[in-house]
Amino acid sequence: MALGGELVLQDVDFRLLPGEIHSLMGENGAGKSTLVKAVTGALPLAAGVMTLDGRPRTFRSPQQAQQAGISAVYQEIDLLPNLTVAENICLGREPRRFGLVDWRAMRERAREALDTLGVGIDVTSRLGTHSLAVQQLVAIARAVSADVRVLVLDEPTSSLDADECAELFRVVRQFRSRGAAVLFVSHFLEQVYDLCDRVTVLRDGRFVGEYLTRELLRRDLVQAMLGDRHIPRRMAPALRVAGPQEPPWLSVRGLVVPGVAGADLDLLPGEVLGVAGLLGSGRSELARAVTGVDRVLDGTLQVRGEERSFTGPREAMALGVVYSSENRRTEGIIGDLSVLDNITLALQAEQGVLRRLPEERRRELAASWVEALGIRPADLDRPAGTLSGGNQQKVLLARLLALAPRVLVLDEPTRGIDVGSKVEVQNLVRELADNGVAVMFISVELDEVLRVGNRVAILQSGRVLETLAAEDLTVDSLTALVTGADEVDG
Amino acid sequence: MTVIEAPAPAGRAGTVNRLLDRHASALPSAAAVVILLLLLAGAQAYFGNFVTPRVLSALLLDNAYLVILAVGMTMVILTGGIDLSVGSVLAFTGILGARMLAGGTSPLLVVAVMVLGGAAIGLMIGVLVQYFDVQPFIASLAGLFLARGLAFVVSLQSVKVTSPGILWLQSTRFQAGDWYVTPTGLLALAVLLIGAFTLAYTRFGRTVYAIGGDEQSARLMGLDVARTRVLVYVVSGVCSGLGGLVLTAYSGAGYPRNGIGTELDVIAAVVIGGTLLSGGVGYVLGSLVGVLVYGTIKTIISFKGAEQSWTQITIGMLLLVFIVVQQVIVVRSARRR
Repeated sequence: MALGGELVLQDVDFRLLPGEIHSLMGENGAGKSTLVKAVTGALPLAAGVMTLDGRPRTFRSPQQAQQAGISAVYQEIDLLPNLTVAENICLGREPRRFGLVDWRAMRERAREALDTLGVGIDVTSRLGTHSLAVQQLVAIARAVSADVRVLVLDEPTSSLDADECAELFRVVRQFRSRGAAVLFVSHFLEQVYDLCDRVTVLRDGRFVGEYLTRELLRRDLVQAMLGDRHIPRRMAPALRVAGPQEPPWLSVRGLVVPGVAGADLDLLPGEVLGVAGLLGSGRSELARAVTGVDRVLDGTLQVRGEERSFTGPREAMALGVVYSSENRRTEGIIGDLSVLDNITLALQAEQGVLRRLPEERRRELAASWVEALGIRPADLDRPAGTLSGGNQQKVLLARLLALAPRVLVLDEPTRGIDVGSKVEVQNLVRELADNGVAVMFISVELDEVLRVGNRVAILQSGRVLETLAAEDLTVDSLTALVTGADEVDG
Repeated sequence: MTVIEAPAPAGRAGTVNRLLDRHASALPSAAAVVILLLLLAGAQAYFGNFVTPRVLSALLLDNAYLVILAVGMTMVILTGGIDLSVGSVLAFTGILGARMLAGGTSPLLVVAVMVLGGAAIGLMIGVLVQYFDVQPFIASLAGLFLARGLAFVVSLQSVKVTSPGILWLQSTRFQAGDWYVTPTGLLALAVLLIGAFTLAYTRFGRTVYAIGGDEQSARLMGLDVARTRVLVYVVSGVCSGLGGLVLTAYSGAGYPRNGIGTELDVIAAVVIGGTLLSGGVGYVLGSLVGVLVYGTIKTIISFKGAEQSWTQITIGMLLLVFIVVQQVIVVRSARRR
C-alpha cells in the first residue's frame, strides 16, 4: 500500500474477531493510520486480500465499507463544521421518508446517539461552534449510531479527558458484548491494557506480532514496538536546587480573556511550568493570551520586568515568546510545504523578505534540527503533510526552536504521538529548560505534566488555583486538585 | 459524562452571542433582506410611486432569467466551485432555440434541446472539474468560450421569434388586481422552489453542503462526492438552458451577444444573497433576495433616469460590503471555537 508516494505497509497480517477489542500498536509512522484507512476503504490495497466473515471483500470507497458494517472514527476529526451536529452524525445514512431527508427523525436519532455517550448538546447547533473535544465525541456518536459490526477507533481519546474516556470505554465494552469487533488505536498503554483483549504490533510498516494483552508485559510490548532500539529510560526526576530566585522572564497578573478570569502566572528561565486543568478550564486560552495570539482584555503582562501588551504573535516573537498550537494540522504544519520550508518558515519571517536566508544556510539549519530531534524520514524535501503525527510535531518544534526562543509555550505538544516520540519530546523540553529557556507545558496527561514540569499550575474555570512544586504532587493528588474533588463539601 | 465547558458570558450579551452563533450562517442572507427592504422603503420615500404592485411584478419578470441562473450558481458555489459559463450558455441555447423555431421545429422539441444543450455543457465542465482535476474557474471559462463560439456559429445576427407557443410564456398575464405574473415568472419561482427543496431535503442537496464544508470528510462519511459534484454543474447548465428560454421569450428574439457579463451579475447576486464563496454556507432563497436587490437598484436608477453604469457602481460597492461582512462572520465563528 502506498501513501505519499512510498510504500507504507508491507506484508501485514491482521485479524479482528467478533466480540473482541483489538488494539493496534506501533510508533508514529509505523503504519497504523494507513492500516485503518485500508480497512475502512479510504485507501485501496496495492496487494493482498481482505476477508469479512470469511468472504473476500474489496472496498473501493468508505461508502462500501460502511454498507458492510465497518464504521470508523479517524484520528484527525473528519466532520463538517458548517453543518449541524445532527447532520454530522447521520449524513450518509440519514433517515428518509419518500426519498426525502426526514429532519425530525434525524434529530431524534442524533440525540439518542449522543445520549448513549452522555453528551447533552443541542443537535441543531452547528458543529463548528463546539470545542475539539465535543467534536471528537460527535465523531464517536456518528460511528456508534450506525448498525456496526466492526468499529474502528483511531486515537479517539487524544482530546478527551478522563471522565469522557471512561464513558467511551463503557460504550465500547457494550459493543463488544453485543458481538461487534472493535479496533482501538491508541498511544496510551494504560488505556490499551484497560480495554483491549488482543494487540497487534506494527513497526516500520511491517507486522511484528499478535499478542494477548493479558499475557504481554508492558515492557515487552514497548520493546516490540521499538525493535532493536533501546527503550528510553524513564526520565530523571527534574532536579533543580532552589537557588536564588531568578526574576521571571514572563509574568502575568489578573489576566482576563474569554475563558480566563483573572490568572496569575510566572515563567522562570530554566524551568518548566506544567499546566494542568480540565477541558474548558482555560488552558489553551491562557496560552494564546500570553503569546499574543488572542487579545488580552484585562490584566498586566510583563516581559523581564517591563510591562508589555502584545498586539499579535509577531510582537511576542520579537521578545522571544513563542507558541505552539494544540491544533497541529490547522494551526501549525503547512502540509503542502516541504519539511525544510516548514522549519525555516518562522525564521525567515522574522528576518523579513528582504534579508533572504541563503538556500545553503537554510538546508544546513533544517538538517541540524532534523538530526537533533530525530525527525523521520530525514528527507528535507518531503511535504510535511506526509509525515506521521509525531514527526509533524517535531517539525513544528524545530520551527519554533530555530527562533532561539526565551519563552516557549507548548499546548499539548504530545497529543496523538506515540510512546517513543513522546519521551523524546519530553526529554527535549527538559533539555531546553536546562539551557535556560522558560517553558510552559500544557497537557491533559497529568503524569506527563508531573514528569516534565518543575512546578505545576492548576487551572480551574479560568483561574490559576495554585502553583505547586511537581515533586510534592502525585498523579492522584493532582487529579483531585484539577477536578476539584476535594472541594465537594466546601 | 458531562462535558465541562467554560461558563458562557452571562446576561444579554451572552444570549445575543449565542443567538448569533446559532444562526451565523443565515446572517448574511438576513442582511440582504434588510438591505432589500431599506432600498424599497427609500425608493418609495423618494419617488412616492415605487412600491406598487406594477413595479414589484415587473421586478420579478425582468429578472426571471437571473433568478433561474442564480439557483444553479448557488449550488455550484455551495460546493466551493464557480460557473463562469452561464451567460454564454444562456446566449447559445437562446440563439439555437430561436434558429430552430425559425426553421419550423416544434416548440416542445426546441425547449428540450435548449435544456439538454445546457446540460451537456454543464456535464463537460463537471467532468473536467471532478475527473481531470481542473480548477472550476478554468473549466467553466472553457465552457464560456465554447458556448459563446457556438452561439456565433448558429447565427451572427439576432433571430426573431414568432412562435406563439414561446411568446405565450411572456405575453400571458395572470392578474390579481394590479399584481400580475407571466409563465416565465412562474417558471422562475418553480425552479427556485425546487432548488430550495432539493438542497434542504435530499441527500444530493446535503452532499452539496458537505462538499463545500470539507470534501475529504464528505468522502469519508460515505457520501457520493464525485457524482454530486458533476451533477451540480449539470444542474447549473440546465438552469442556463432554462434561462435562455426565458430570456428568448422575454426579448422575443435570440441574439448571440446576449448575456455577456451576466455570469458576474449572477455571482454578485448569489454572494449578496449570503452564499459564502468558499462554499458550504448559503441558501437559494437568499440568492432570490440577492437578485431582487440587484433588480431594485436597476429599477431605481432607471426611475431616476440616470446612467445604468450607476447600477454597476452600486452593485460593486454592495458586493464589497457583503464580502467584508462575510469574512468578519467567518473569522468570528472560527475564533469562538
